[in-house]
Amino acid sequence: MAEFWSGTLWPLIIIIAQIVAIVLPLLLAVAYLTYAERKVIGAIQLRKGPNVVGPFGLLQPIADGAKLFLKETVIPTGADRAVFVLAPMLTFILALIGWAVIPFDDGWVLSDINVGVLYLLAISGLGVYGIIMAGWASNSRYALLGGLRSAAQMVSYEISMGLIIISVLLSAGSLNLSEIVHAQGEGMWYVIPHLPMFVIFVVSILAETNRAPFDLPEAEAELVSGYNVEYSAMTFALFFLGEYANMILMSAIAVVLFLGGWLPPVDAAPFTWIPGIIWFALKVCAVLFVFLWARATFPRYRYDQLMRLGWKVFLPLSLAWVVLTAGVMVTFDLMPA
Amino acid sequence: MIHALTFYLFAVIAVVSGLLVVTSRNPVHSVLWLILAFFNGAGLFVLMGAEFVAMLVVVVYVGAVAVLFLFVVMMLDINLLGLREGMQRYLPVGAALAVVLVIEMGVLFANWSFAGEAMTLRAAPTPDVAEVSNTEALGNLLYTQYVYLFQVSGLILFVAMIGAIVLTLRVNPNVRRQSIGRQVHRPKDEVLAVRQVRNRGGI
Repeated sequence: MAEFWSGTLWPLIIIIAQIVAIVLPLLLAVAYLTYAERKVIGAIQLRKGPNVVGPFGLLQPIADGAKLFLKETVIPTGADRAVFVLAPMLTFILALIGWAVIPFDDGWVLSDINVGVLYLLAISGLGVYGIIMAGWASNSRYALLGGLRSAAQMVSYEISMGLIIISVLLSAGSLNLSEIVHAQGEGMWYVIPHLPMFVIFVVSILAETNRAPFDLPEAEAELVSGYNVEYSAMTFALFFLGEYANMILMSAIAVVLFLGGWLPPVDAAPFTWIPGIIWFALKVCAVLFVFLWARATFPRYRYDQLMRLGWKVFLPLSLAWVVLTAGVMVTFDLMPA
Repeated sequence: MIHALTFYLFAVIAVVSGLLVVTSRNPVHSVLWLILAFFNGAGLFVLMGAEFVAMLVVVVYVGAVAVLFLFVVMMLDINLLGLREGMQRYLPVGAALAVVLVIEMGVLFANWSFAGEAMTLRAAPTPDVAEVSNTEALGNLLYTQYVYLFQVSGLILFVAMIGAIVLTLRVNPNVRRQSIGRQVHRPKDEVLAVRQVRNRGGI
């Protein structure tokens, strides 16, 4: 019994506590990301943004959440009930479980697995199921079209993302996210040698999370609101939360791969006083700001242009960059041991 | 004990969802069950310590192949009732085939034996799993020992891809395509003209 307690039960309790410690701040961050989005876009468009509920409108996300929670969940008559309800849950769960391998600080990671990068790639690849299932189960033309668009889009951009990640892995010599950050500490942040890939990666994660200017799946002018037209109340809220949690997750991936994770920009006195998790959060916020900035700045892409960008521009470029990186590293004997 | 429990959890779910792939009435549900089966297969790989292969199964099969399956199945207009017709007629034949296959495989595995050198030949290039990580071990094998086989399999996939493109590509001269290069390279005087328009005159 004592062995069961110390060998199984106690670690389980610790893991659950760690999960809660990650998920709660994350949900809070998601709530305030929606607030930040409205404030930033408001500022860009010379409006005030939410400013009525609470001081500076700070309670607006809470009010929105309460509204969605209290509304009625409507399931359309022709819908496939099980898949219809499963889809938003899947989206939300997938947005959360990616965080298991993200290192917040040196050693602050729930599961320090050797194939962390591949795990993240797998999780982001699964994200498409929530959307395509929602589109099909709604039994509505607009929703189905949105789901199909999204599936094609996410599969296309994943390929260039995978190739970009390969060039980072070549430089770091490891698939473990903590080791990638350590390798950046010894050399330099990979945003410097891989700057073109960083730009492509940021554009790809915009497409991968279905954000503007690539938000074709929910193009309200053509598809009403795409895959989630038929969803209401909490089922809709789960999609919404999942989308924003995914944005934060993708930004965190970009930070870990290119911007040195928890490392301070300069390894010297005033910067090293600030704990690593603060640096990590600041960098994630910076990337998230780009998401919001892009949404307020660019018009939506046309669908064939989106596909062209993914397959004919990003894929050859990132493939060429993999070859270039490998060539340079072999020629100048830079291969990590 | 936990290890055994998780094994049986994954194994049972994999087998049950495999059965449901065949028996569910709706083809989209079948694909979804298939995805669950793949997923549990990946879980079994993790339990065996083959984390890299597990992730590959999820990335390739679940993340790409099954999405395309789902894509196609959703677009098909399938008569759900028609699919069930003839089930009773074909069931005995199918079951007989399955029984024969199982017996044959049983006979095969019961009499399976390796040549003495085969095992040592296979073991020689295999690195110790305890020393190097999964990914490294696989990479070392694939890109040194089996590099030609690896390249050939890549070529075969490439040929298959080209074949699919050749079979399906139809060039229709009536389709008007956007050529971004041409658009960008048009000189200014070809597309833009500045005219002084007289009042009530028009151009």
